[in-house]
Amino acid sequence: MKARLRRVAGVACVVAVLVAVAASFAYLAVDFRGLFTAEGLHAMLRFVVEFFPPDVSPAFVRQAGVAMLQTLAVSVLGTLVAMAAGALLALPAAGRLGATAKWGARFALNFLRSMPELVWAALMVLAAGLGPFAGTLALALHTTGVLGRLFAESLENAAPAPEVALRELGAGPVARFVYGTLPQVAPQCVGYTLYRWEMNIRMATIMGVVGAGGLGQMLYFHVSLFQQAQVATVLAAMIVLVVASDVASGRARRAIGAESH
Amino acid sequence: MTLHLEQVGVVHGNGRRALAGVDLAVATGERVALIGPSGAGKTTLLRVAAASLRPAEGRVAVLDAQPWSLGARALKALRARVGVVHQAPPIPPRLRVVTAVLAGRLGQWSLARALRSWVAPADAPGARDALARVGLAERLFERCDQLSGGQLQRVAVARTLYQQPRLLLADEPVSALDAATADTVLRELVGYSVAAGATFVASLHAVDLALRWFPRIVGVRDGRVLFDLPAVDVTPERLAALYAGEESAPAEPPVATVHGATLPLASA
Amino acid sequence: MSDAAVLRPELRDPIGRRRLGWAIAAGVLLWPLLRLSEFHPATLFDPANLHVMASFVAGFLPPSTEHEFLGFLLTATLQTLAMATAGMALAFLVALPLAVAATRSLSIAAVGPARGRWRGQGVRQVVRLVMVLLRSVPEVVWALMFARALGLGPAAGVLALAITYGGMLAKVYAEILESADARPARALLAAGSGRLGALCFGLLPLAAQELVSYTVYRWECAVRAAVVMGFVGAGGLGQLLDQSLKMLSGGEVSSIALVFLALVFLADAISLALRKVLA
Repeated sequence: MKARLRRVAGVACVVAVLVAVAASFAYLAVDFRGLFTAEGLHAMLRFVVEFFPPDVSPAFVRQAGVAMLQTLAVSVLGTLVAMAAGALLALPAAGRLGATAKWGARFALNFLRSMPELVWAALMVLAAGLGPFAGTLALALHTTGVLGRLFAESLENAAPAPEVALRELGAGPVARFVYGTLPQVAPQCVGYTLYRWEMNIRMATIMGVVGAGGLGQMLYFHVSLFQQAQVATVLAAMIVLVVASDVASGRARRAIGAESH
Repeated sequence: MTLHLEQVGVVHGNGRRALAGVDLAVATGERVALIGPSGAGKTTLLRVAAASLRPAEGRVAVLDAQPWSLGARALKALRARVGVVHQAPPIPPRLRVVTAVLAGRLGQWSLARALRSWVAPADAPGARDALARVGLAERLFERCDQLSGGQLQRVAVARTLYQQPRLLLADEPVSALDAATADTVLRELVGYSVAAGATFVASLHAVDLALRWFPRIVGVRDGRVLFDLPAVDVTPERLAALYAGEESAPAEPPVATVHGATLPLASA
Repeated sequence: MSDAAVLRPELRDPIGRRRLGWAIAAGVLLWPLLRLSEFHPATLFDPANLHVMASFVAGFLPPSTEHEFLGFLLTATLQTLAMATAGMALAFLVALPLAVAATRSLSIAAVGPARGRWRGQGVRQVVRLVMVLLRSVPEVVWALMFARALGLGPAAGVLALAITYGGMLAKVYAEILESADARPARALLAAGSGRLGALCFGLLPLAAQELVSYTVYRWECAVRAAVVMGFVGAGGLGQLLDQSLKMLSGGEVSSIALVFLALVFLADAISLALRKVLA
């Protein structure tokens, strides 16, 4: 009887999903057929062809290179600040400073991570002006929420026995934490940070679109002027940056596995 | 009087009574072994002695101080002079052996020194000397998760030796070790106790080890002290009464060295 | 056990030097990082900026409940939801064939002698490369370009989602299919069934739950991504938010933010419920 009910519920869900999909397309009234007419395809083809050849003049390539480094700097700095701030907030969020602090810290962390990075970026542009600093702040704020929660979970899962034993020999609270719990959670937390950095590189490139500097800002500029050749170069730089950072982060994470205290 | 328990009673959170009316007085420099069936309350007794568990009844005096009426700072200083060896080594696996051993003096170091040592070990020679006593000197810079369980336990013992406590408490310190290593480790602990004039109280599963190394034996059963005698007065009958009803009485095979007193197993 | 016979071990910390090296390198790199990213915390406290921020933040309460604006808000919310759902549907259609092409579990060549073994391998590598490329470009970039090419509006967002999430789904689908037990599928292939048959009757029943679970989770992410893409002209809540921010109307921004948080919460709940039922 129960299995039957579940199957009915399952089928009902599938039907509901299909209905939702159909309704979505209908609501948007997107006329995709326009894409597939002769002139539609022709226009798209022309659009794509204009990307080649990409602008590889030395001056522009250098500009793209600087923007790439700027985006990289924003992502690294933003992630580092978030790691520190997240660690600070994780301690109360894991309940180490009392119940009210736990509630407050968790609320703050949830708020920080609920807002998408781009929204933070737009807000930070208001607060700090156009440019990469806004991007760094936005990344730091959002990532603090994400990392803080992950760190807090790691802290809660750590074994308490080492700290208890250190308390027995008279160690103070900070020393207990550093020698007892930190070695347990550090590798995992650094791993989270590196993984988050990988994602933040992508985020940093996009945030420029709202004025936070780097490759994103360059992209927005040239797309608005329909300068496809330049757009192609910037896109290529973005892909190079993302792929290179993925590789570096993967290697670093493996190396951390071997590091120790 | 290094350790004085007077009519100590402990009731666990779930209502189970762990200790009742326990009296124990240990003089400075004495060596006492606690023996008894599992669940008898030996661990609880040691935790009371280490000032990490507050008894519901009775009075506790550790190193001539009442631990539960001290301020936080004084309690911390008191704990730094009490060394505890646990049954399972409470050492995070990714710590390096040298850092794990040096953690023994955290109660005596300032926070600044502790943090500096975590980054770069401050007293590697001292740690190595402690490790040499348990036979692990060459593993100084290795990570703890590269050691076997028995070796990790020896590192924990080295940590307590490095701490140089006035009162040494050990809860089944050698249960995880093979007979020869267990003997060596106990010899080192006893040697330290004698050389430093430190009091040594240990609970042991292997009665033959207790009889060999400790001149005073306290038998604990069902949360009470059954007997408190010099080792020579501990007869097989007393042991049988202590372990009566235990399915597996101390299952250490009789060690065929030194005193080698074989003990009758408790009747089923 | 005495260490008399043991050689005196080296007392210098073997990784001490390496750590010092890393610390110095980090310190050296920090300065250019700060310069490149124009790190000036002082600008946060610049009086002009502070004034703007203060009046903006002051406008947050109360959230705007103006009739016309609420109408816009409702339309934008529905648009965002529709964009996410439609985009995911397309992404699913893109991902499934890619994943099937990329997975080794359906390789006929692995079952027994067959022509085109290297061709099969080549096709798989090409498909994998395509998937990586699709994933490396952030969806906002696609949305930006489509918005320019096709005009502002949700169509750009739907296509952008279809492409990037298609790539993401394809990769994960391929992984799920590969980690599922391949024996039933192989048995079917060996018995002469076509790839499609082996997929439907051999692999899918085992992997269905994981596939569905991940897809629903991605839909949740798509809702958030749809908001973000609105910033570059793809309509929905994002575009509304962009407009309100540019006009510094704090009340409208806080209304939108509240609706957004509620939407995320709702999507989270639906996702959880769906996963439980379909499991």
